[in-house]
Amino acid sequence: MEALMNALTELLADNTIFTMKTLGYYGEGLVTTVQLVFLSLIIGLVLAVPLAIGRGSRHAWIKMPIFFFTYVFRGTPLLVQLYLIYYGVVFVDGIQDTWLWLILEKPFVPALIAFTLNTAAYTTEIFRGAIKSTPRGEIEAARAYGMSQRLMMRRIILPSAFRRALPAYGNEVIFMLHASAIASVVTIMDLTGAARFVYARFYAPFEAFLFVAGIYLCLTFAILYFFRYLEKRLLAHLKPANQ
Amino acid sequence: MIDLHGYGPRLLEGALVTIELAVLSLVVAVVLGLLTASAKMSRNWMLHKVATLYTTVIRGVPDLVLMMLMFFGGQIGINMFTDMLYDRFDIDIFINVNEFVAGVITIGLIFGAYMGETFRGAFMAVDNGQIEAGRAYGMSHWLVFRRIRFPLMMRHALPGLSNNWMVLLKTTALVSVIGLSDMVRVASEASKATREPFTFMIIVALIYLLIATFSEWGFARLQKRYDVGFGESH
Repeated sequence: MEALMNALTELLADNTIFTMKTLGYYGEGLVTTVQLVFLSLIIGLVLAVPLAIGRGSRHAWIKMPIFFFTYVFRGTPLLVQLYLIYYGVVFVDGIQDTWLWLILEKPFVPALIAFTLNTAAYTTEIFRGAIKSTPRGEIEAARAYGMSQRLMMRRIILPSAFRRALPAYGNEVIFMLHASAIASVVTIMDLTGAARFVYARFYAPFEAFLFVAGIYLCLTFAILYFFRYLEKRLLAHLKPANQ
Repeated sequence: MIDLHGYGPRLLEGALVTIELAVLSLVVAVVLGLLTASAKMSRNWMLHKVATLYTTVIRGVPDLVLMMLMFFGGQIGINMFTDMLYDRFDIDIFINVNEFVAGVITIGLIFGAYMGETFRGAFMAVDNGQIEAGRAYGMSHWLVFRRIRFPLMMRHALPGLSNNWMVLLKTTALVSVIGLSDMVRVASEASKATREPFTFMIIVALIYLLIATFSEWGFARLQKRYDVGFGESH
């Protein structure tokens, strides 16, 4: 470990922009970005499953509010949603005096809320599509076994829908990673925030932004290969037999 | 009525900037997309490699990072280029990067990559027999493209195209970060000045929804037009 650090310091000795300190900013930025994306995806996923089931409900009073939610959040820019939540929280009268301010003071929480709601809306629609395209035979077979609606949802429809939703969900994960760059707008020091800092400090746009672009590219490929691996494992039974 | 504190006209101007930016970027993106799709389908491996590199890199990096690279790096890059022209050939020019033009080029460049993928898939979905029939009629390459390949391709490309347009429209919001006065920037300035973020942000959100709903309707009509002769199956 120490040898590695020494080698790194030596490598960076002649470099004025990429010092250990600026690399440290990028490192912290990477942690913040991953945290933000991971947390919002997990919470969004948990919200999306019941919403997707409700979206296909027969009752208008369940279906319509969910449709409205996804329509609004998919139809407006994430930046507007972020501003709405970030400024909306900051400018509420008297919020600075309550205990809530302790959590909301840092922009991380408003950003997390905005990202979570956004990805929940997209994921809901992805799952709804997958649930809708459940093969008729699977449902009929479950019925024939005398399964209740609830049991059928749990054992048959959801597991099969999750698998079919996998490719689209992989895209959503990559989309979320890219969208998270917006967090830097509300002063969060994520990867893009670190790049903006380095740019402002050294007036070196190419170094600052090309370096961060490379990191994002690596992350994108990592996600891509992870989902390809998952698809290979989970969708193996859907492949043509002779391949 | 809602009190806009006199920000109404500026908000409207911002909305116009958003629409202009989106439409012009779409034109750039469609042209770039067609070029990329042709390059990817060409037998020239150099063209193929370049197009693949372009679509892979652009689609792997966040829009905002690319935009900042273009905006902040663009002027320096152009200055370096003009300096070189001055040193080598004694040509003295100064090009100032206009924010709006930079925005159009950046967004066009980003979505050209997505359009390229859409068009490539659509071109490949066109039945080869149709093209052969056109050639058999003695049509030139260009005429086959204009009368047969393009209209048939559009039928397959429209769903993807409309999808890309919706994403592009929302991406234009990012230019507000870099200093263009689109409606998001006006709204964010107004929110800070009046401390009424809900009023302004909700109006902006409604305008986006309005544009999106209107374009959905437009694309549905276009789809109907390009589906003529193909029944109701698509």
